[in-house]
Amino acid sequence: MIEFREAIIEALADELARDEDVVLYGQDVADAGGVFKSTVGLQERFGAERVIDTPISELAMTGAAFGSALAGKRPVMEIMFGDFMALAMDSLINQAAKWPYLTNGQVTVPLTVRTAVGAGGRFGPIHSQNPGTWMQGVSGLKVVCPSTSADAHGMLVAAIRDQDPVVFLEHKRLYATKGEAPSGEPVPLGTARVVREGRDVTVVTVMKGVADALAAAEELAGEGIEVEVVDLRSLRPLDLPTVIASVEKTTRLVCVEEGPATGGWAAGLAGQVAAEALYALDDLWVITSPDTPTPFAPSLEDAWLPGSETIADVLRQRLAAA
Amino acid sequence: MTASTAATASDSAPDVRELLDAHLDMVAIRRFEEEIQRLFLTGLVPGTTHLCNGQEAVPVGLNLAIRPEDMVAGVYRGHGHLLARGCGEFELAAEMLGREAGICGGRAGSLNVTDMSHNYIGSFAIIGGSVGAATGLAMALKGTGRVAVAAFGDGAANQAYFFECLNFAKVYDLPLLFSCENNLYMEYTPTDQVSAGPGICARAEALGVPAGTVDGMDVRAVKQAAVAAVERARSGEGPQLIEHLTYRFVGHSRTDPATYRRPGELEKWQERDPLKVSREALLGEFSVAAEEIDEAEAAVERRIADAFERAQGSPEPVPTTTEGGGQR
Repeated sequence: MIEFREAIIEALADELARDEDVVLYGQDVADAGGVFKSTVGLQERFGAERVIDTPISELAMTGAAFGSALAGKRPVMEIMFGDFMALAMDSLINQAAKWPYLTNGQVTVPLTVRTAVGAGGRFGPIHSQNPGTWMQGVSGLKVVCPSTSADAHGMLVAAIRDQDPVVFLEHKRLYATKGEAPSGEPVPLGTARVVREGRDVTVVTVMKGVADALAAAEELAGEGIEVEVVDLRSLRPLDLPTVIASVEKTTRLVCVEEGPATGGWAAGLAGQVAAEALYALDDLWVITSPDTPTPFAPSLEDAWLPGSETIADVLRQRLAAA
Repeated sequence: MTASTAATASDSAPDVRELLDAHLDMVAIRRFEEEIQRLFLTGLVPGTTHLCNGQEAVPVGLNLAIRPEDMVAGVYRGHGHLLARGCGEFELAAEMLGREAGICGGRAGSLNVTDMSHNYIGSFAIIGGSVGAATGLAMALKGTGRVAVAAFGDGAANQAYFFECLNFAKVYDLPLLFSCENNLYMEYTPTDQVSAGPGICARAEALGVPAGTVDGMDVRAVKQAAVAAVERARSGEGPQLIEHLTYRFVGHSRTDPATYRRPGELEKWQERDPLKVSREALLGEFSVAAEEIDEAEAAVERRIADAFERAQGSPEPVPTTTEGGGQR
């Protein structure tokens, strides 16, 4: 068993050791080992030329990641909180994502942006968002979001080796969770995984939502409801075939997203499944947060999150009505 | 672009050969821009264009100071930089016309055109983007003996990219030349009207980055200043900023008649037309015969005309090839 955080450190260390073009930088990642302690010890092992503390300059950091990728490096950059991605988006969206296409294949842009995302930490509206949905619609980007230690390792290795820019989302409430040790092999990006089989309904979710869905499924199993849980693992590319295969079996789909419904990935996925596989569907809905920013007060934030109890309650009522 | 000059006894000295070549490169850029504007008016150039008439001495002078393996990030007013770096005139013309043979296969257009084979990594259409990207180039090139150039305009000096990257480049002593083309207007607005403080150089100097102002209408002055800055960067002494004082003789973009110019300003700057400055130096200082320059200029004009004629005759990309490299 290994902590999610430790799996991240190991993946970074493995790739720094494997490929001398890999460089790692961000705010407080070197000396301090990262605000979330996800880069501890790396500067000691790989030196100050390859593990670099930067000023608080998200524009310069991201522009520099893009430029150094064009000049042959394989930069891995940490944006401390996902919310700060708003500052990094010009380089990511208007440069990194576009250059392979607009140059007609003259370049690849092998950069990885890691960032800590998600609510539940009492960080309030501007340190709790999931910026994955902001970037899901950007052609040329990959947006990935592991839920386990093994996937954190395998998908980060795959992200660093990928020829395209990859946004790698790390949910804050997963860092301290423990899971099976990684295989050491990269996990292909854009592949969903069925993490629990069931015949009655398919729950698709990502990151912290996977553990919540599994807990809800466990509870409902005692009541005779068999829930299939699909860990999407990647918001872009989207593994629609795996989701549709599950829906063909269960005939019901619920997409669970920590974040508002409007413009969210869950509603988008529901729409795409309906467009492609209406024939298979008896029911289709989403469970999301309210359309408000993430509140600070624990009582408010807990109510805002679609946790395991909410998932279980909604499934129970919806299936009873069916 | 590499203009080939007729070798005569009078131009055998390296200085005059270099100046004549530079002059002809600037003539090529001017003719290229004029042809783009002409074709735009006839409806053959789609979208928008940002021409660099009047600013030719900066890219040409800069490229006399750097090596092919050095890397340049430019802006949407980028045709001059591309041609000075060596981008094919036909491939660039075809890109402007949205043709498959374009340097980017018609995926980029004037605003974003890129030529990696000549280490010109892009024309950044969002002001300041070239500064960030060049900072990354310099991070990757540090210690290799190669340098990066951030080409940008006066408008970019008010972007956060500029301040962040000056700091970044100085903190890590990156081999980076900040090359600012100050043409006095950020789009339609006089830059000094919307800029605080004593000027662009002072902003660099405040962060410990050496900076200086150069006559951007004189290709030899541009080269001389750039040689010194690039040598510093190459030897590991860190970044430098050069502010080239220049002027665009045309509007900001295709639809801009530039009615905001101060009275007499255009005429004053046209007296310092970089093509005129170099031609006068060739005629006076180096005693090159006017006929020799005229003949060489005519050859350049024919070459540019031929490139556009071939580009116009080349096919458009078909929608089945919409996917580009890296597109998912």
